[in-house]
Amino acid sequence: MKLLIIAGPPSAGKTCLTKQIVRRFQNEMKIAYLKIDVVKAYEDIELSKEFNIPTKKIYSGDLCPDHAGVMVLEDALDWAQSHRADLFIVESAGLCLRCSPYLNQGLGIIVLSSISGIHAPEKMGAMVSLADIAVVTKIDLVSQAEREVLIQKIKEVHRKVMLFETNALQGTSLNRLYDQITNSPPIDKDTLALRGNPPLGTCTICVGKKEVGWKHHFGVIRKLDGHTAEYLYRGE
Amino acid sequence: MIKEITISPGEDKSRDKENFDFITFRAGETISIVGPTGSGKTAFITDIELMAQGDTSTKRVVTINGKPPTDETRYDPSLKPIAMITQNTKCFADLSVEEFLLIHARARKITEKHLAVKTMELANKFTGEKIKKDNRVTVLSGGQTRSLLIADALMIGAAPIILLDEIENAGIFKQEVIEIIRNTSKIIIFVTHDPVIALLTKKRLIMENGAVKKIIVQNEAETGAAKNLIEIDKRMGVIRDNLRAGYEITKDLLNVSFA
Ligand SMILES: Nc1nc2c(ncn2[C@@H]2O[C@H](COP(=O)(O)OP(=O)(O)OP(=O)(O)O)[C@@H](O)[C@H]2O)c(=O)[nH]1
Ligand SMILES: Nc1ncnc2c1ncn2[C@@H]1O[C@H](COP(=O)(O)OP(=O)(O)O)[C@@H](O)[C@H]1O
Ligand SMILES: [Mg+2]
Ligand SMILES: [Mg+2]
Ligand SMILES: [Zn+2]
Repeated sequence: MKLLIIAGPPSAGKTCLTKQIVRRFQNEMKIAYLKIDVVKAYEDIELSKEFNIPTKKIYSGDLCPDHAGVMVLEDALDWAQSHRADLFIVESAGLCLRCSPYLNQGLGIIVLSSISGIHAPEKMGAMVSLADIAVVTKIDLVSQAEREVLIQKIKEVHRKVMLFETNALQGTSLNRLYDQITNSPPIDKDTLALRGNPPLGTCTICVGKKEVGWKHHFGVIRKLDGHTAEYLYRGE
Repeated sequence: MIKEITISPGEDKSRDKENFDFITFRAGETISIVGPTGSGKTAFITDIELMAQGDTSTKRVVTINGKPPTDETRYDPSLKPIAMITQNTKCFADLSVEEFLLIHARARKITEKHLAVKTMELANKFTGEKIKKDNRVTVLSGGQTRSLLIADALMIGAAPIILLDEIENAGIFKQEVIEIIRNTSKIIIFVTHDPVIALLTKKRLIMENGAVKKIIVQNEAETGAAKNLIEIDKRMGVIRDNLRAGYEITKDLLNVSFA
């Protein structure tokens, strides 16, 4: 089974891109789809209606969506395999900009919209810098010069990323992306691991303590000035 | 070196094959694309910009010097031989004009000195409202944005193929633009509703229902007609300027002298 992890900020065009990929491969491969979102998502219903493929969603709720993704992925792979999927597409809400959902196998795709602002690539950290492929959408809405300025910015964050530009509503000029998917080797479930470093462990905030100010907490804390000063603070 | 660019037929909006064998544009040619709104003019030049390989909604295939473009030329802006001015008159990048131009120059790997200043000077020839280097591109007017992007395409895109989508609609000095880009060794394609531009180009493509319907090659009668039209157009320009400046239009002004 091939694995595709598609991440990116809200409304970047992840679902539109997914639909183009499904449309292209539905006659060649059995496809399964999982959407990981924080609060609300309808993609599972949309895609199963439009393409009649097995779909599923989970809400990460209090967890960061990437954290949730890591937790459920093993079960999700079993689920996709139980549907005999040849291609498993995971769409992640990607709201946590600290982490990135990509794994050491399969393809990691960051979707960015041409109108999301010129500083978006820098602000999104690992979600961009650890991706294999960046797809820039909504190129129908901006000038060529502005597209090229955004591409330059992405390249300055991640020099080796493979870049594609598309109007995701029409799926223009995606042939080379499709080639990448075709050539992507199947994953080996037993050796799957996160590509990036996860953030430092949990702390009292993570477990629901609401007081503001570092003195009230222990675990990994940080003051306004300086870095993680007393690395593991255990309270006074 | 770009000697020629060839477009192989795709499908119209009803999914019927386009009725031509292939269309070739050669270096030094000017072309206009005309037809009603929605007929596929923008789609046609977008195919060229993307160097479509049957992977756009029209299914056209574009070759350069008789060969399909390499992936590098398709996807690396610094190798792309095509600059396009789209119909969009807004920039979303939160950058100053100078920063925008400098980053774009980096993308196109152009290192010429004072490039940003030169590009702005050229842009200011096309627009009445002057652009300054620390203006944010997001607050430029439609006309200013268009002027900047045309200058950018000429100076920074500096490409042998230039595509312009309805430049006449943005309130910029059309004559200046045409004057600067005519008589070059480039391939220049105008999407236009303007009869002057249409008659000044060597070839005219007529679009309908998403397909190229007809190709007309400029003849002597039309070149003559174009000269007259330019006269009328200049008059219109003078009248427009007078109106804008708050003058009343007199009889003399309306006296058009034909060439
Ligand atoms: N014009 C244009 N609109 C696009 C393009 N891609 C996506 N859109 C529109 O942008 C909106 C968001 O697209 P989605 O594909 O739902 O985005 P998403 O990343 O899946 O969004 P979430 O999953 O909600 O975070 C929709 O209204 C799309 O129709 C594009 O290339 N061009
Ligand atoms: N050959 C075609 N097949 C399918 N859709 C097309 C074709 N040509 C144009 N279109 C679509 O029709 C719409 C209008 O075309 P456009 O090129 O914007 O028209 P114009 O620039 O002439 O006003 C666009 O959505 C475009 O993608
Ligand atoms: Mg979505
Ligand atoms: Mg148009
Ligand atoms: Zn996280």
